[in-house]
Amino acid sequence: MTTDGAIVIEGGRLIDPAAGIDAPRDLLLEDGKVRAVDGPGALHSASAARRIDARGCWIVPGLIDLHCHLREPGYEYKETVATGTAAAVAGGFTALACMANTNPVNDSAAVTRFILERAAEAARARVYPIGALSQGLAGERLAEIGEMRAAGIVAVSDDGKPVADAGLMRHALEYCAMFGIPIVDHAEDPGLAGGSMHEGRTSIRLGLRGIPAAAEEVIVSRDIALAELTGGRLHIAHASTRGTVDLVRAAKARGVRVTAEATPHHFTLTDEAVAEYDGNAKMNPPLRGADDCEALRAGLADGTIDVIATDHAPHHRDEKEVEFENAAFGIVGLETALPLSLRLVEERVLMPSDWVRRLSTKPAEILGVPGGTLQPGAIADVTVVSPAAEWRVEASALRSKSKNSPFLGWTMKGRALFTLVGGRVVYEGAGR
Amino acid sequence: MPFTQRHLLGLEGLPADEILHVLDTAKSFVEISEREIKKVPTLRGKTVINLFYESSTRTRTSFEIAAKRLSADTINISATTSSAQKGETLADTARNLEAMRPDAIVVRHPSSGAPHLLARAVSRPVINAGDGQHEHPTQGLLDLFTIREKKGRIAGLDVAIVGDILHSRVARSNLFGLRALGAKVRLVGPPTLLPEEFASFGVAVHHDLKTGIAGADVIMMLRIQRERQGANFFPSLDEYSRLFGLDRAALAGAKPDVVILHPGPMNRGVEISSEVADGPYSLILDQVTNGVAVRMALLYLLAARGRTEAEREAEEREAS
Repeated sequence: MTTDGAIVIEGGRLIDPAAGIDAPRDLLLEDGKVRAVDGPGALHSASAARRIDARGCWIVPGLIDLHCHLREPGYEYKETVATGTAAAVAGGFTALACMANTNPVNDSAAVTRFILERAAEAARARVYPIGALSQGLAGERLAEIGEMRAAGIVAVSDDGKPVADAGLMRHALEYCAMFGIPIVDHAEDPGLAGGSMHEGRTSIRLGLRGIPAAAEEVIVSRDIALAELTGGRLHIAHASTRGTVDLVRAAKARGVRVTAEATPHHFTLTDEAVAEYDGNAKMNPPLRGADDCEALRAGLADGTIDVIATDHAPHHRDEKEVEFENAAFGIVGLETALPLSLRLVEERVLMPSDWVRRLSTKPAEILGVPGGTLQPGAIADVTVVSPAAEWRVEASALRSKSKNSPFLGWTMKGRALFTLVGGRVVYEGAGR
Repeated sequence: MPFTQRHLLGLEGLPADEILHVLDTAKSFVEISEREIKKVPTLRGKTVINLFYESSTRTRTSFEIAAKRLSADTINISATTSSAQKGETLADTARNLEAMRPDAIVVRHPSSGAPHLLARAVSRPVINAGDGQHEHPTQGLLDLFTIREKKGRIAGLDVAIVGDILHSRVARSNLFGLRALGAKVRLVGPPTLLPEEFASFGVAVHHDLKTGIAGADVIMMLRIQRERQGANFFPSLDEYSRLFGLDRAALAGAKPDVVILHPGPMNRGVEISSEVADGPYSLILDQVTNGVAVRMALLYLLAARGRTEAEREAEEREAS
């Protein structure tokens, strides 16, 4: 990233839990790095090419999405690195980790390099590829994880598909420990899968085949045991049930190296959002019951769930405007995660500093990537958040190529006002 | 009490007075089918499309006869002849059909919710003729009609629905319709085919046939599909039949004037014995007869009005 001269961000409330700061502070960015953090007005005389007025705003380390789908290569009609990262920066994200279920699958160094080349050409945010765990996501043979690691992957995952074979998962955990990277676990037992929404009263009412909570919990339980066996690092993707939260909490208490993420849709909506077969409420894992929602919130509050990730999964309208059971799984999330997660702050589930931990500090730590803090010397990835700004989610205004969101028409509170990557403004929003 | 629905997608949420209005309207149509000349001009000049993505003899024929007895023109489209085989989506098919200005679209589809998708895509009235495992509202209405004709009421009756409840659209429509009209409903079947969550719809859940039908005024048997056996919902049809098949011995605990319904097609000797199916309590053929009158009523209530709205809209468009 090139820099366009020094930038001062002043007048805002700086929230940087890694530095133990939640106070009015001004920030000087220079040469792609945080140069100085100082009291209000102290940087008044610092020379800067640009001064950003952050009054009424939060200044936080750039948000990092640990889990998204950029669809390139292979599914450019759904999303590209260019459109996905444009959506990301509009949503306040300065970096994202993208899943391997592209076409071809990112199961080789060549594909990893291709994604990074596309990112260098077209990305507005930092892009960290996640490599496939198994060749072709087939769940049979390990992908060349070492080669991909050398090319730049930050984690491995067969996301979108479960790893059915416990033996393969065991070896993947052992093997990845050599590179110090986590396995991002799409936990779903194939024998219990096959439905199109949460199994419960609503699936029965609608006559849709359900996916029981146990489909997730069986595999979370198995993989925690395998992490315990191997000492490998396990990260549970899109935790959706109370049972998963309980399993992760107990495993952490035993010292297992396990972390977990939850998505805004899973802690905001329940299976009732499927209403009358709304394809935009279909994703995997499915929206669960109110009790699961409650457990996810409690897990986020007590740190059992480390990260809020989007599982941004763009799909074309034609893949959603079909019979519900034939509709594609997944929704876009990069442009709605910030306000949806801020609701947890408004509802006092999370302190503002916890919110920053879940969206920046922790994902940086788990992926082992720069950012997650604004201490002097850190990379100058910054999100200036206007927590009070109200706006309406309109399909036409979304930067993502796909508009498959159950939140269309919702009034949101909170948005990114400025997003800076490497000390450069990559997004500037209108209206506080 | 008028019928206010634009479509008939399901019986869930349909107010009791509107259900009764359909049943009363159907009653007035019964007599037409008894005439020498079985035709009235009520829907002359109207077009009804039967769009069937799933094979059906009884329901499709019943809809076709209902439309013809009201003098509507009917077009039958089945999945084997439709553009679905060429990869056209349901929504596109719907828009294309609508462009030909039908007055009602009757749809049967193997996917739950397909009629809802159709109804969102078109402005014509959509009648659900069975969607996946969701609802089969005209079957529910004809069952209500048949029970009401025989028993004189629905409210207060004890109705047992027996069989593969989980996968049954007939069970769901009846459950919602019967509850709306004040019947007591018990569901009977093995736990694999009758999850406990059904109790949250205000019905009793039984896993034993004998207690499930004890004292029942009405027993509704559901067709058991052979492929469920392969998916381990039960070990064999023989065992299913021994546990949940209705024969004369099993009937002993029901009320003396119990009536038996079955939506068809029956698996004789599996969920129902021939002596029961053909016996004096059986209303199975009455159901089929009444099906025509109920579907005539729905076509009348939906297609007749749908056309006037369409005409008004067209006039407004031309005027503006």
